[in-house]
Amino acid sequence: MSGHDSKYFSTTKKGEIPELKEELNSQYKDKRKDAVKKVIAAMTVGKDVSSLFTDVVNCMQTENLELKKLVYLYLINYAKSQPDLAILAVNTFVKDSQDPNPLIRALAVRTMGCIRVDKITEYLCDPLQRCLKDDDPYVRKTAAICVAKLYDINAELVEDRGFLESLKDLISDNNPMVVANAVAALAEIQENSTRPIFEITSHTLSKLLTALNECTEWGQVFILDALSRYKAADAREAENIVERVTPRLQHANCAVVLSAVKMILQQMELITSTDVVRNLCKKMAPPLVTLLSAEPEIQYVALRNINLIVQRRPTILAHEIKVFFCKYNDPIYVKMEKLEIMIKLASDRNIDQVLLEFKEYATEVDVDFVRKAVRAIGRCAIKLERAAERCISVLLELIKIKVNYVVQEAIIVIKDIFRRYPNTYESIIATLCESLDTLDEPEAKASMIWIIGEYAERIDNADELLESFLESFPEEPPQVQLQLLTATVKLFLKKPTEGPQQMIQVVLNNATVETDNPDLRDRAYIYWRLLSTDPEAAKDVVLAEKPVISDDSNQLDPSLLDELLANIATLSSVYHKPPDTFVTRVKTATQRTEDDDYPDGNETGYAESPANAADGGASPPTSSSSVPYGAARQPAPAPAAPAPAAPVPDLLGDLIGLDNNAIVPADEPATSSGPPLPILLPASTGQGLQISAQLAGQDGQIFYSLLFENNSQITLDGFMIQFNKNSFGLAAAGPLQVPPLAPGASTRTLLPMVLFQNMSAGPPSSLLQVAVKNNQQPVWYFNDKILLHVFFTDDGRMERTSFLETWRSLPDSNEVLKEFPGIMVSSAEATLDQLAATNMFFIAKRKHANQDVFYFSAKIPRGIPFLIELTTVIGNPGVKCAIKTPNPEMAPLFFEAIETLLKA
Amino acid sequence: MAGAASALFLLDIKGRVLVWRDYRGDVSATQAERFFTKLIEKEGDPQSQDPVVYDNGVTYMFIQHSNVYLMTATRQNCNAASLLFFLHRVVDVFKHYFEELEEESLRDNFVVVYELLDEIMDFGYPQYTEAKILSEFIKTDAYRMEVTQRPPMAVTNAVSWRSEGINYKKNEVFLDVVESVNILVNSNGQIIRSDVVGALKMRTYLSGMPECKLGLNDRVLLEAQGRATKGKAIDLEDIKFHQCVRLARFENDRTISFIPPDGSFDLMTYRLSTQVKPLIWVEAQVEKHSRSRVEIMVKARSQFKERSTATNVEIAVPVPADASSPNVRTSMGSAAYAPENDALMWKIRSFPGGKEYMLRAEFTLPSITNEEATPERKAPIRVKFEIPYFTVSGIQVRYLKIIEKSGYQALPWVRYITMAGEYELRLI
Repeated sequence: MSGHDSKYFSTTKKGEIPELKEELNSQYKDKRKDAVKKVIAAMTVGKDVSSLFTDVVNCMQTENLELKKLVYLYLINYAKSQPDLAILAVNTFVKDSQDPNPLIRALAVRTMGCIRVDKITEYLCDPLQRCLKDDDPYVRKTAAICVAKLYDINAELVEDRGFLESLKDLISDNNPMVVANAVAALAEIQENSTRPIFEITSHTLSKLLTALNECTEWGQVFILDALSRYKAADAREAENIVERVTPRLQHANCAVVLSAVKMILQQMELITSTDVVRNLCKKMAPPLVTLLSAEPEIQYVALRNINLIVQRRPTILAHEIKVFFCKYNDPIYVKMEKLEIMIKLASDRNIDQVLLEFKEYATEVDVDFVRKAVRAIGRCAIKLERAAERCISVLLELIKIKVNYVVQEAIIVIKDIFRRYPNTYESIIATLCESLDTLDEPEAKASMIWIIGEYAERIDNADELLESFLESFPEEPPQVQLQLLTATVKLFLKKPTEGPQQMIQVVLNNATVETDNPDLRDRAYIYWRLLSTDPEAAKDVVLAEKPVISDDSNQLDPSLLDELLANIATLSSVYHKPPDTFVTRVKTATQRTEDDDYPDGNETGYAESPANAADGGASPPTSSSSVPYGAARQPAPAPAAPAPAAPVPDLLGDLIGLDNNAIVPADEPATSSGPPLPILLPASTGQGLQISAQLAGQDGQIFYSLLFENNSQITLDGFMIQFNKNSFGLAAAGPLQVPPLAPGASTRTLLPMVLFQNMSAGPPSSLLQVAVKNNQQPVWYFNDKILLHVFFTDDGRMERTSFLETWRSLPDSNEVLKEFPGIMVSSAEATLDQLAATNMFFIAKRKHANQDVFYFSAKIPRGIPFLIELTTVIGNPGVKCAIKTPNPEMAPLFFEAIETLLKA
Repeated sequence: MAGAASALFLLDIKGRVLVWRDYRGDVSATQAERFFTKLIEKEGDPQSQDPVVYDNGVTYMFIQHSNVYLMTATRQNCNAASLLFFLHRVVDVFKHYFEELEEESLRDNFVVVYELLDEIMDFGYPQYTEAKILSEFIKTDAYRMEVTQRPPMAVTNAVSWRSEGINYKKNEVFLDVVESVNILVNSNGQIIRSDVVGALKMRTYLSGMPECKLGLNDRVLLEAQGRATKGKAIDLEDIKFHQCVRLARFENDRTISFIPPDGSFDLMTYRLSTQVKPLIWVEAQVEKHSRSRVEIMVKARSQFKERSTATNVEIAVPVPADASSPNVRTSMGSAAYAPENDALMWKIRSFPGGKEYMLRAEFTLPSITNEEATPERKAPIRVKFEIPYFTVSGIQVRYLKIIEKSGYQALPWVRYITMAGEYELRLI
């Protein structure tokens, strides 16, 4: 049944669009149909054919179902770019929704729901109402989903027109597919509403469990997922539910199986009888194991979920560890997950076999997998005390193979094993030292150095070994430097002889004067002071006994685990993260034109790029600035040595050759102009960096006024700024211009801002989350408040008549009122001037009893007007403010702004 | 919990969009394409990539089929298992329509592809994926009639997999019991894992709406019925049924009853994890003589009853990647060096039970070796075979009753076969 549609992709020499236009208007049916196919072909390869809108829509009234579907598809793609012309299609839609053929009725509602153009949406209500009660289940099941579509576009409309009730009625529909789709739609609507809409009573529960038996596989998934929210009243009810869900474990569709597992696990929490629980665990094991014979992608999802399940109910798969052994041809992502579960299931009983496997994996070729296998051996050693020795001998065997990355990885895990079982396995240190020269990875090096320092007294040539590292101290990565520092101090405390004394001099010198790494320097100073004040105390601190570690890596916090288990089979369970960390609902009714999507598309007047609307997630900029770290180094400022608490004693008298004058950088006050800005990042949280900032409007442009003060000891440079999604889509219009800040310096800058760049969904909020980074410090996050008056535009002045008309035309529901009892207007004139300066325009004033009533107008971008009525008695506290606006949800923000303005 | 896909993409091997359907208007094709092409470029081998990837607020899930990627994008916490499984189902649907799903067939049939994408998913929710029924109302050009008057009843019926009014002159059912043996033997010759995955594959050519009932020698069922088992009954560990089987009924009294779809489908699959004796045992000895010559000796032994015969036996013995000039002798069958797989392929057309065959091969190696070389990938010996008229589990179809209201007699044909699945023996 192969087609030959590819011919439609071929282009002709003559201008394509005019030719298509001609063909679309041909008097011959077949020619028109071919032309529409060519249009769709062009759309598919990303050409812009939106200019043919009217011609295509003209082909909509046809008996030919195939042609109709193509025209509808075209509409879905281009209606948004031609909203005014889209209205032309409405009549046909409405007519089609009453066609005798149910396929066409369903097609019409389905398509209308996909066209996110307000004008079309209005006309959708009546057909949708009809279709929800259609005789044909095919139409009803389509209409059920369409309610969710409409809710996504206009939730109020759905509630006002009673669609929710109709949808709830469909739960009792006699057709299982309709029921399933109604459940899916309701569950989605509930997810996006704060009101209880779709509450599952025991009655609905029982009805839906019956429907399960008749549903399509996909419908079963919708129902099981929705029902897993249900909390049974007691153990008996839970048992009943489980009993009715268990047969689903036998379904061939693995999604049905996983959703059933989710439901059973949820209910099991309530079941008290240990027999029942044991029995259920026994029942769930085989289906979970069978999931591992599914396609690799599904295996991956299954494995991520099994990882969660065994954390809560380890017994389920305790005897099944063998099924997680890796097969030669498993994709690497499956192998990695299997390894993780093998560690979780490893026990004294099976450890020998597991170790054999790990050893096998450690000689494979995929480096990441090999490393993980070696780590796995280490984690088993930490987890299973009785197996530790066997684990170590396997690690030693692996080290003997002398494959570089295996050796390094082995040394890292052996360090952890030493931490877990102190003074037990030190006999192997000599073997480890043989591989010293081959170590080139920071973590492995650091681990080896830690081992040398920790057991310095047992290693005869510990000083020689450490010394070999010292030459390259300045070039080592920070991790290694820190370990070298500590190890040298340990060595010195354990063997306070001449060699180590010289070494510590070199190290401390390097770590204080030569470095610009604050962590390293701080640690060096602490040691230095400790050693110089009280070497015995230093011993107590540095050589203190360490708490024994345990293997809790990859163990999830119980409450998080609960949440993830409630989300089995979903993305949340794959990521091991709660849904709100990655769900990003963008409520853009934006329907792209294809030319936005492809670089070779033509230009249209439709400017708003959807990529922008969707861009700019919560993460701060991750790409580091172009200035490399090394180039940004400044000569390190003379370190502020600690004030001597006691006379410098014997050992370290003049070791360092620094005098002890505390060098404190002059803390100059920031000398900058302008009113003080609110401090958003205090120096105490910003490691010395203080940021004050405020939004400001100037000549119709919005700026972010920022003051940076560097109270730290190092020069900060490479400043960058990023704004999280916010209600107004505020974002930086250009890069942040801040020069390198020397310690003690400060600078003030105006950052031009743009609106509507990265809008957040949800009700308007004044929260503005800001992230600032520089090359030296971690990323700083702070919150600011958006004051609405910053956005007031200078075209917000209204004539009296239009003010009155607008006031009357807006329904009373759009009027919002708030009183400010604590605010007093002492002079009308001054207040009016002040408000005018922020583009709040005075319109009229009247007296009402002893009160003065003032009227103003203001406007924010996108042409949203505010009509304002202020009532007060001049000179007495108490102001009443009433506003009317088409967007009453903005009112709280407005009141915040006016309060600030009047208080000022 | 609720969540659905935002869009479905069909991409070419380089990750460029061939066809896509936007279901929710909240992801863009440019964004998806940019992300995915980068992903493929970076990793080179998408096999190494997690099939669920997060980027900038959007989760992408994808699978590959020949030179096409199928990918969903979503911003919600949707059911990952369901969507990934759905993608595999979409492959089945396209294969049913175009025989092969590949870039060319998508281009050649883009009109039908769009129609299907509209029908199988709505607003990102999987709707209907029964290819056979879909093709009753979404037809390719050659079969297209003017207007289909209504969707087939099956689309919304409780029996969503079968249309009414099917008619055959001769009513027949073919039932194949296919068992795959998966086995993993470690380098010490220990069996560390073995299981059997069985499938009952049916091809039905039945008129009307037949009610079928299948009887197996399932121990649980037989014991429940109080019949003597006489050691012939078997324990099936995990049974999975096609959606046509009434699961609640099976749960109650272990009866397998169903109205089958028309044509071929997998009625059920099951798994047995009892230890199985490897049906074909392979031992290999690798000896390196000096630095430049390697000798491999392979012994293959059939460990099943003499009355059965394995056919199409293929034993892949890994050899070093830099081996050359093979010199092979076998006591049975033929062997060929397949340098593209770094393996020696030993094929034996017919391998009766209780026999042992040998292979001896010699390769030359380059005398210069790289001291620093990372260890070579240690591939296992892999074996393929088929043994007809035989099952490892001993499963038996006791009866297949077919009752249709017109009262016709239908003939069931049952065949048994055992095959090698993932059959791996690690080398020392």
